This record gives sequence, C-alpha cells and structure tokens, in this order.
Amino acid sequence: MIPFILCFILFLIGIYGIITQKNLIKIIIGLAIMEYSVNLFLILIGYINGGTAPIITHYTSANASFVDPLPQALILTAIVIGLATTALLLALAIRLYRKYGTFDIRKINSLKG
Amino acid sequence: MKGMTVIVKKVTQFMAPVIFIFGIYVVLNGHLSPGGGFAGGVIMASAFILQILANGEILDKLRKEESGLEFLESTAILGFLVVAALGLLLSGSFVFFSNFLKQGVIGELLSAGIIPLENIIVGTEVCAAIATIFIALVVFKDEVTK
Amino acid sequence: MEIYLIIMLILMICGSLFSLHAKDLLSAVISYGIVGFGLVIAFLILQAPDLAIVQIVVEIITLVIMIAVLNNTTHQQEESRFHFSKMLYFAVVLIFAALFFIAFNKISPLLSSFGNHTTRMATPYMHGATVTGSANLVTGIVFGFRAYDTLGEATVLFTAVIGVLTILRLKGKKDE
Repeated sequence: MIPFILCFILFLIGIYGIITQKNLIKIIIGLAIMEYSVNLFLILIGYINGGTAPIITHYTSANASFVDPLPQALILTAIVIGLATTALLLALAIRLYRKYGTFDIRKINSLKG
Repeated sequence: MKGMTVIVKKVTQFMAPVIFIFGIYVVLNGHLSPGGGFAGGVIMASAFILQILANGEILDKLRKEESGLEFLESTAILGFLVVAALGLLLSGSFVFFSNFLKQGVIGELLSAGIIPLENIIVGTEVCAAIATIFIALVVFKDEVTK
Repeated sequence: MEIYLIIMLILMICGSLFSLHAKDLLSAVISYGIVGFGLVIAFLILQAPDLAIVQIVVEIITLVIMIAVLNNTTHQQEESRFHFSKMLYFAVVLIFAALFFIAFNKISPLLSSFGNHTTRMATPYMHGATVTGSANLVTGIVFGFRAYDTLGEATVLFTAVIGVLTILRLKGKKDE
C-alpha cells in the first residue's frame, strides 16, 4: 500500500505547485509532475509479484506470469503526447514573455487592461 | 546561436548517424523486443536535435527542413489511415485495422502481419512531429532576436 | 522489490519539492529532471522496459526544450513577498489535499494490495501473441487490439504540433 500513497503524495505536490506558484515555468513543471504520477499509478496497478516483462522470447516458459500489458500500452502513447503538450504550453509561455516581458502571472494580470 | 567548437561538431558528425540508425533498429524490432514506433521515433528526433544544437542555426536550411518535416508528418498520418482502410478492403471481413498480411512465426523479423508496417509509419510521424517542434522554437528565437 | 520502489519514490518527491521551491528557474528545471529519471528506474523495477525506453528519451528532450526556452528568455524569478493572498492559497491547497485524501480513503479498499493484482480486463490480451503474432505483447495491444486508440493519439500529436506552429509563427501577420 505504501507505493500507492507515495504516488498519491506526488500528485498532491503537483496540485500544490499549480495553485501556489506564480511563475509560468513552475506551473508547467507542476502539471508535468501530476502527469508523471498518474502514469506511475496506472503501472503500479498492473504489477504482479514475480511477474516478468510482457515479451515472449525463447527463454519464456509456458506458464510464466506476465505483468499486465494493457496499462503499459495506454501509458506508452500518453508519454509521447505529454511531451507534445508540454511543448505547446512552453510555446504559449514564450509568446506571453515576448508580449509582457515577464513570466510572473501577477504582472501579466495587472498589465492586461 | 553560432554552434559549438570544432571538436563537438566533428564528434556530432560521427554520432548523429549512429543514433539515427539505432532509432531505425528500435522501430524495426518493435514487435520482438522493447521499443516500437513511439520510442524509435523519439530517438530519431534526438539525432536531429543533436545536429541543430552542435552546428548552430542556419535559418534558410532550417526553414526548408521544417516544411519537409511537416509534409512527412502529414503523409505518415495519412498512411496510417490508408493501412487501416486496406485492412477493410483486402481482408474479406469488413473490419477497420484488420490484419491482412500473413502472421508468420512468432519471434521472426518478418512476422505479425501489418504491425511492423504500422510501427514504421508511427515512428516517422513521431520523429517528424518532435523535430518540427524543436525547429519551430529555434526559428522563432532567431527571428525575434534579429 | 518494493523497498527499492519506495526509495525511488521518496527521491522523486524530494526532487519535485525542491524543483517547486528553487530560487533560480534553471535549477528548478534541472531538479525536475530528477522526477523524470526516477520514473525511468521505477518503470524498470515494475517490469516495463518499453516505457523506460520511451520515458528516458522523452525526459532528455523535455529538458533540452525547457533549457532552450530559458536561454531564450530569463533565468530569474521575481521575489514573492509574503502577504495575505499567500495564506489564502495555502488554505486552498489544504482543502484540496483533505478532499483528495477522503476520496483516496474511499477507493483504497477497491485496490488490491501492491503486487497482488488480478488481471480482470487484460486476460484476453495476455494470450494475444497467438492472435496478433507479435512477440512483444505491448506492441500487439497498441497496434493490434487497440489500433483505434493509436490513431487517436497520432491525431492528438499532429494537432499539438500544428498548435505550436500556429502560436510561434511571426510571418503572415503583416499581410493582413
């Protein structure tokens, strides 16, 4: 049970970062940490004691137990999508920096009008 | 950015093709060993990024590369749909994405029907996508500082 | 095996906390790398080599892109003075944490304990090698059973790239 709780604490740290930080880069880091913790949680659910990686080779015995391949297949694509969405957020941050000259969201808010 | 010293440029000349070939290996062996289209595509894109970082930015060349990579990406995603539609037409059973090639023996390089084909297509798409993102960031920076 | 995983997770938590509290943005990004590379080792411990390969390359490229962005703009972070709104934010965080802990307590009886997972959904996929002919079961699921999902993810990737190009384009605005 301890790995689940620690993974959950990592998720909470991500939320803490998003709410309290004022810097755009720190907010993006918080979002990425949340994404990592969700990825890890799904893989933790699929793990079996004594299970091997889900790949059939010449050395695999007939009744070997594999870890669950379905969460791995879902997370495999999610990681690459995560890179693309992080890049999209960073592009938005650069654009805001060019317009306002700062990453601080309080100043961006006050310069709005 | 002007690029790095001669030593770094020379080492990059040797290393970048090796990294690219490793990416192709990971893509082609995706149905036999860990890896596949997503991992191999990102590895191939990292070869591009290494070259851009070491050699500095030559804007005209980068713009050409960007438009070429965009074309490659669009073609790859179209190719994925074409493979799926071919499964609909050729396999007899009217199922999208059905496996119309022979399955072969498990564990050989030419096996698993259309899965290696899809691996190659997705690898091309991911490689083009990530290289395009990096080139777009670099070109934006250069145009702003000018 | 569980103890190594716990050590790795504690390291990741320390890295994420330091990353959110670092004074300089460059050190924040670098200590964010601890989380990603710790995740690579956690994936290896959890018998997911496919994910470890993808994660290590993606983490390197994320760090390169982030550092390129910081080189392009600024390292410094404005000093945040302590005032009333900060207390308010902490209260919001505490409320969120309490709510999530209540929810976690509710669902934790549904989770089987670590390492004793029963494969409810994935049993047909476990014998998927005879259906798809792929020795790597994960690839068999991604491109065989769940190829629709992969098509969707490829579309999302394409859309994200188009979004980046649209946001970062400077030319063409003057023509209007």
